[in-house]
Parts: sequence; structure tokens; C-alpha cells
Amino acid sequence: MSIFETIVTKASNISADSPLAGALSLRSEILELTENSHEASLRPNQPGGLSLAERAGLACRMAKRNDESVLARHYETLFSVGSQAVADTNFDGGDDSRMKAIIRHTDLVTLNPKDATEDDVTALRSAGLDDADIVRLSELIAFVAYQIRLVAGLRLMAEVA
Amino acid sequence: MSEPIKEFTTTVPFWQPRIAPLELEQATDAQLEAMKVTVSNTKIGAYTLVLALDPETLQQRTPLFNGIMYSRGGLSRAETELGAVAASVVNKCIYCAAVHADRYNQLTKDEKVMDSIFESGEEANIDPRQKALLDFATKLSKCPSEATKADVERLIENGLSMGEVLDLVLSASLFGWANRLMHVLGDPLPQD
Repeated sequence: MSIFETIVTKASNISADSPLAGALSLRSEILELTENSHEASLRPNQPGGLSLAERAGLACRMAKRNDESVLARHYETLFSVGSQAVADTNFDGGDDSRMKAIIRHTDLVTLNPKDATEDDVTALRSAGLDDADIVRLSELIAFVAYQIRLVAGLRLMAEVA
Repeated sequence: MSEPIKEFTTTVPFWQPRIAPLELEQATDAQLEAMKVTVSNTKIGAYTLVLALDPETLQQRTPLFNGIMYSRGGLSRAETELGAVAASVVNKCIYCAAVHADRYNQLTKDEKVMDSIFESGEEANIDPRQKALLDFATKLSKCPSEATKADVERLIENGLSMGEVLDLVLSASLFGWANRLMHVLGDPLPQD
């Protein structure tokens, strides 16, 4: 696929005729691997205990926490039943103790990763997540943090180029 | 058991996982493939064995990480490491900060820059080009990002090409990812 068809180039509004096209082309492999990582985090073949609907909702929530409305809209295109509630930053999981723990952890690691402690991992386990699901959730949160920053940086570059 | 390290250091700690690493004998083909295990390469670190619990993301992540940190051309290796350190300081990832500060020091043979960053953070007293890199990567690492057009213009004024700015964006962003794994899934402990 063309690197100008990837999520990050489209979200930062950089096209093949941008003054940045040359610089981005030199890093085409990285942009392709970024797209692959998006698929592995948002639409994996084996989602385990973290559904695709939950992943899309959480990603959208993280984008909103970063004031990143363009990527928030992108993640909305991946929504299915249940995503909308998770993406609502006023929703804390309600009576669902598993989702409550996931949302709490996602907000913490998105906004203040430095404050995460062993107790936060224990809290996920207590809410019923197994070790593999804790890693899946961590990779999702971490990838989205990367994608949001990459788009923010590219957008600033486009303003200067 | 020793206490986790709380202060920045250039001495690389031991990383103690909070999640039980995969037992290599129990790895699936997909997990072995994601870890790139070969007969001659069976000594796998705890971090990789933890991430292998989600092989689909690890499979893509490893070449992406290496591509950003070690690609030829563009930003120098040392300045790429500076972007990684800036993010790691914002996120207080002691382990990542130590690994990449140590690499920076080895590449530049100059420990003063990292000493100043660890001592003074965003107020570090370093040369204007390094400071422009540090400030941009620091602001991009906040949530939400605080980086501005003026920060990119300052990078250009300090001699960076757009390709080099892109590499700095990639490095800082990558450590928004790496810190959220390393710091959340394990503790930095003193080496024995």
C-alpha cells in the first residue's frame, strides 16, 4: 500500500504532493510497520479476552484524552456494539467491575504512565484479566499513545514545511 | 528482594517483570516466530517473553522498533537516543531512560548532557541544538502533546532537516509506546 494511504498520513493530512513526501518516503518501511501494528492492536486475528469492540472504544477514549479528534473519528469507524459506551470519557464502567478496571487502567496509563505501580497490574488481575490479556491491553494503550504522538508531530511538520 | 530504583541513573537496571514471562517450552509457533527464536538464539530476555504473550503485536513491534532506532541516514544515532530519553524522563521510565542515556553516552563519549537532563529535567543546561531536541521531544511526550509549530521551527533553525525532525518525532513517539510497556509491566531493580 502507498504510505500516503496509511492512517497516520491521512490523519495528519499529508499527501503524495506534500513537501514532506520525500522525507516520509525514506521512512516508508516504518510507516508500513506502523499500519501493521495498528492492525495487530485494533483488529488482531486472535483478540483473546479483549474484544475488537472494546479495543476500538478504548482507542477512541485515549484519542479524546489527548484532544486528538481526527484519530478519535478514525477509531470510531472501527466501532461495533459496546464501543460507544467505552469511548465516552464520562463513563467509568458502571456496574461492570471488569470494564471499570480496564477503563481506570487505560486512563491512568494514557494520562500519567509515571504513576502506574504494581498495584495497578494487580487490580486488573483481580478484575478477571489473565496475564495475556493484561499484555494485550498494555500493547493497545502503548500503541495508541505512539500513533497519537506520531500524528501530532507530523501535523506540526506539515505546518512548517 | 531489593527495592525498585526511583531515581534516574545511567547504570542499566535489572528489569523485574510483574507478569510471569512465557515459558519457552510452552511457546506456540506464532510466539516463537514473533520472538525470532532460532536454534542459535535461545537466550531470550524476560521483557520479550512477557510481550510474547501477545505475539501478534510483538511480531510487528520488533522490526518497527529497530527501524526507528537503527535506520541509516537521517538523525544521528545519539540524537535519536536523546529523543528516547526525553520521553522516558516525562514518563519516569527509569529502565528505558537508563538504557538510552547509557547508549547516548557511549556514542558521544560525553556524560555531561545526560547528567544535566537527569539533574534538571526540562531545565537542563545543554547546547542549543540538544536543548531544542530535548524540548520538542519532551513536549510531544506530554498528554496531550504540548509541542507547537514554533518548536519545530526551532529545530529547523538549529540545523535539522525535515527528515531529521521526522526521525525525532518517531523516536519520541516510540518511547511513548515503550515506556508504557516497560514501566507498567515491570520494575527496575539494582543489578546484583
